[in-house]
Amino acid sequence: MLTQPIEIPAVAPQRVPLVEMRNIQVSFGGVHAVDGVSIDLYPGEVVGLVGGNGAGKSTLMRTLSGARPPDAGEIRVTGQPVMIANPRDAKALGIETIYQTLALADNLDAPANVFLGREITGTATLNDAAMESATRKVISRLNPNFKNFKMAVLRLSGGQRQAVAIARAIQFNARVLIMDEPTAALGPAETAQVHALIEQLKREGIGIFLVSHDIHDVFDLSERISVMYHGKLVGTVKKEAVTTDEVLGMIILGKPPTKLTSQDLAELHRSG
Amino acid sequence: MSSPTVPTGATAQGRPAGSVRSLVAAIGSALGPVRATLSYLEVDTRLLGMVLALAIIWVGFGIVSGGTFLSPRNLWNLSVQSASIAIMASGMVLIIVSRGIDLSVGSMLGFLGYTMAMTQAVWIPQVLGLGFGQPYTWIVTILFGILLGALLGGLQGFVVAYAGVPSFIVTLGGLLVWRGLIFRYAQGQTIAPLDQNFQMLGGGTVGTRVGALGEWASWILGAVICVGIVFTLITARRRRHRYGFPVRPLWAEVMLGLVGCAAVMGVMWVANSYPLPINVAIQYAQEHGIPIPPDGLFIPTGLAFPVVIMLGVTLVMTFIASRRRFGRYVYAIGGNPEAAALAGINVRRTVMLTFSLLGALVAISAAVQTARLNAAVTNLGIQNELDVISAAVIGGTSFSGGIGTIPGAILGAVVMQSLRSGMVLLLVDSPTQDIVVGLVLVAAVGLDTFVRRGSR
Repeated sequence: MLTQPIEIPAVAPQRVPLVEMRNIQVSFGGVHAVDGVSIDLYPGEVVGLVGGNGAGKSTLMRTLSGARPPDAGEIRVTGQPVMIANPRDAKALGIETIYQTLALADNLDAPANVFLGREITGTATLNDAAMESATRKVISRLNPNFKNFKMAVLRLSGGQRQAVAIARAIQFNARVLIMDEPTAALGPAETAQVHALIEQLKREGIGIFLVSHDIHDVFDLSERISVMYHGKLVGTVKKEAVTTDEVLGMIILGKPPTKLTSQDLAELHRSG
Repeated sequence: MSSPTVPTGATAQGRPAGSVRSLVAAIGSALGPVRATLSYLEVDTRLLGMVLALAIIWVGFGIVSGGTFLSPRNLWNLSVQSASIAIMASGMVLIIVSRGIDLSVGSMLGFLGYTMAMTQAVWIPQVLGLGFGQPYTWIVTILFGILLGALLGGLQGFVVAYAGVPSFIVTLGGLLVWRGLIFRYAQGQTIAPLDQNFQMLGGGTVGTRVGALGEWASWILGAVICVGIVFTLITARRRRHRYGFPVRPLWAEVMLGLVGCAAVMGVMWVANSYPLPINVAIQYAQEHGIPIPPDGLFIPTGLAFPVVIMLGVTLVMTFIASRRRFGRYVYAIGGNPEAAALAGINVRRTVMLTFSLLGALVAISAAVQTARLNAAVTNLGIQNELDVISAAVIGGTSFSGGIGTIPGAILGAVVMQSLRSGMVLLLVDSPTQDIVVGLVLVAAVGLDTFVRRGSR
């Protein structure tokens, strides 16, 4: 649980990355959706993963969440090579995912969704009361006004559904969080809540991959930004070292900042 | 300056669909306080609506038939006729909830019934040479039937889940294959008579033995169920208390308990109000040394065994559906298969098991039907799949997946059988019966869809 923050040594001269992904390859038919991408993630860090539609960022994240194992490449978690063949493997390693579609069973209530696949059971039966109790606790951190714990999530608002999806990810000692467009369906107040949550999770030492279209979200929240273009990694940059224009150039033209010309930037502004 | 605007009310009234909708809305708001009370009681309003519909059907037929419909004799027969469809409907719910369908249940019932008849009438006594009338014959037969049913259902489920063939196609194939197999190895023969113990499962009589609980056992079973209801209410309340959740007011709990127990005891009372046929009763009285009173002999029949089996199946299936992981997964898959897979649920295995479970239930129904006929005939179970699917759907199971309850399907089976039985009493011919049941099926689902859309 998050109530017990992971201790991070104040001085960590040689920090081990929480996640290292090396030369990840994913092909659909003949198309290289992800082509030799390497990225990493440190504890307490947010890495923004950006790119245009079809750049391969969601596919890359799906290899880490176990939804689609990579065709080639290596994944290490805290230095150890791991096999992530299915979502269960990923969860066992503390890798939790909040999908863009939220991946909720709409006909079930919030506790059933939070604990889906990891139900609390008593003697041979589901312990719904225990699950509801835990769900009330975790959701109250995200949204104190949330009351409908017995209602099918289909009938909840977009923000409440998002809260259920996030609650599911942080309920089980997550070390790594993959957030795919976490604020796409949210209003300003709810977006602010998610931002506050991300800051809090960072302080607790959780590493976060933030997949987003919203360049401002990414600049607000990330330490580093990885840009993908047509299945390849354009580069990973420190936030302080780049401007939004340079990142846009990476996204749209697929060129690292060092290779961007003033002509490129002018073109960006003309088209944008 | 300002463009002329049409009052929104006028446009809504202009369209017939709108006025129907506003009528429904008006009824809905008039029922507001009732609905509030019901949500206070945390009672399933859909289930309550079905009970209400059933009550209307019963009272209506009762009046039109001059009371015959509501006689213990008719209700007792109704309960036995509903049982075998209800048993299968409870399994069909889980399949439809997980977005599948099983069209093969009628043929599979015939096949399993036939196999069980062969087991007790030919294989055990003759092929194995163990002789007729063995005390274990009936149970061995049933266990074999259930195992075979689970295997055949599981086989179909395997093709659906692992080969990815749509369940409609797989079970349509099953419908043809199982029926074809019966004709192939039965050669049109009827297998009869069956084992005497086995016959009891059908609720019929053999000599002075009756396939029913009798008076005292019925009352005792009723009392046990009542204790169960009270116990469940108390433990649920304690649990919610322990976690500090809001609980129902005490009067509501007491009322739920009373209504539940009254319903159970009412069923037992009706079953005990149905006397044994007079010749059976006289023989029974002679065997047991009961003096025959001058004003006639009244020996209560009690709850029929098929109904006892149905109650047991309902209990087990409800437990599986709502208290076990498997049931939770079935509903999750119906709600969002992709989400279920991403949550780490083994979707394929779960889907396969729903078919296997229904196969086992089909075997139980096959035992009830063959026992009742005291024979296995080649056309046993024809069109049962349609009755079973109708029962599940009238009981509120949705083809879009994720929605449906076991008690709902049981009620659905009783509603269907009530309609048929009532029309038989009123001497309505069989084609007209089919037309009415067909219309009711479509109307029930249409109404349900309409109300559900309005409540969103």
